[in-house]
Amino acid sequence: MYSEKVMEHFNNPRNVGELNDADAIGETGSFKCGDTMKLYIKVKDDRIEDIKFQTYGCGAAIASSSMLTEMVKGKTIEEALKINNQDVANELGGLPPMKLHCSNLAADALQDALANYRLKQQS
Amino acid sequence: MQSRLVYMDHGATTPVRPEVYDYMKPYFSELYGNPSSLHAFGRKVRQAVEEARKKTAAAIGANPEEIYFTAGGTESNNIALRGTARKRAKPGHVITSSIEHHAVLDVCHDLEKEGHRVTFLPVDRYGRIDPDAVKKAIEKDTFIISIMAANNEIGTLQPIREIGAIAREYGVLFHTDAVQVVGQLPLDVNTINADFLSLSAHKFNGPKGIGALFMKKGAKIDPLYRGGSQEGKIRPGTENVPGIIGLGKALEVAVSEISEKKSKIETLRDRLIEGLSALGDVVLNGHPVERLPGNVNVSFKYIEGESVLLSFDMEGIFASSGSACSSGSLEPSHVLSAIGLDHATAHGSVRFSLGFGNSEEDVDYVLEKAPPIVERLRSMSPTYHAR
Ligand SMILES: Cc1ncc(COP(=O)(O)O)c(C=O)c1O
Ligand code: FES
Repeated sequence: MYSEKVMEHFNNPRNVGELNDADAIGETGSFKCGDTMKLYIKVKDDRIEDIKFQTYGCGAAIASSSMLTEMVKGKTIEEALKINNQDVANELGGLPPMKLHCSNLAADALQDALANYRLKQQS
Repeated sequence: MQSRLVYMDHGATTPVRPEVYDYMKPYFSELYGNPSSLHAFGRKVRQAVEEARKKTAAAIGANPEEIYFTAGGTESNNIALRGTARKRAKPGHVITSSIEHHAVLDVCHDLEKEGHRVTFLPVDRYGRIDPDAVKKAIEKDTFIISIMAANNEIGTLQPIREIGAIAREYGVLFHTDAVQVVGQLPLDVNTINADFLSLSAHKFNGPKGIGALFMKKGAKIDPLYRGGSQEGKIRPGTENVPGIIGLGKALEVAVSEISEKKSKIETLRDRLIEGLSALGDVVLNGHPVERLPGNVNVSFKYIEGESVLLSFDMEGIFASSGSACSSGSLEPSHVLSAIGLDHATAHGSVRFSLGFGNSEEDVDYVLEKAPPIVERLRSMSPTYHAR
């Protein structure tokens, strides 16, 4: 059902954990199945220097979270803002249709983290 | 890499036992006659089919004339429920439970669309139906009560004996979906006062796509299909001969060793439940005692069932889950909702169903692999860290 890439990320997820000195935290919950994700980012010179995640969800949700952190790490805020769930799914070699919303979880958590970062900058 | 393959999904289906397979083999290419043919070649097959009918009847305390072969549990349930409903001159009332298999629930929803009224009885937190609630639900025009003998997800056994007695007392037909029980636990249609009983061969080490409906002598239905006069016109169409032969043999074997197998599997079950519970934050779903011999359904808190299944799968352990993420509909199973599990607990549910061939070593293997799997997924879970 899942691509090899999904299984690989599920088995060896990158960037799992928390960042104690995070500059912003993003959080989402899926209304579809009740899963949640938490994303921590550390920003330096407008670049996402470090990123970590925690996810409570299915295999696709865990793989999407891991994939997303890999895609985002080292990117500028501008670049990161452009990443959507389809990009994450594509990078994973596709997801079953029923599981596309799991990549939403990851993409939404990123957007939430970036929005929280902006708010913090403005204040 | 994985060192073993451990199949613990016998609630979904079971392997055909070698002796059953051998017994079926001649009926594909050698003894291929049509049992309805008048020639000797057909008569020989007819004899074998009737032999299988006798074995099936004997296994549940029925008469051979009361056994109708069908395409499985789903079809048996459909024939019993739709068949009795169609026999009626006008719509009436049906009593069932909220935790039936979809092959009963969805038929009941159809019956509602056709003008019948259906009471879906609730269950307690262990998944048990209260016989008193059945009694209270009976109305003037209640024509059938359909309650499963045991639930396929959480393994809870229902008080079908009491329910059958109530049905008899009030003159209402009683159907039980016994797909999970036949071949696993002793069951007699007379003690439970059943008018209809559904069974399916692939749950007791027989082939898939073959089952039977017990229909008590004198009970009447309107058949769903029209065609030839096979199976007393209850289920017309040329018989699935190898399937029927396999069903009869598998049931004969299963019943002959039922008590031995029951205690062996129950011991494995309890060992698995105990070992998994020791991981902490693991809850047993279903009834602690009134439970199918092979059913272990637990919720691992703070993690999600599909990711648990995938992890076990990678270790060569095959189980199933009722979590929303693994359902296809993204809804937690109706059974887990009916026993009142909160969303998070339903989310972490995993069913291990033990059966033929499972050994103590299999259980030990699962118990060896479970802790790192659960620990790894919990370490990734925000709800675990926030607990
Ligand atoms: C309780 C119950 N009823 C009915 C069925 C359907 O049986 P079959 O697969 O033979 O159609 C099953 C099997 O999944 C079951 O567990
Ligand atoms: S997180 Fe629930 S289906 Fe993927």
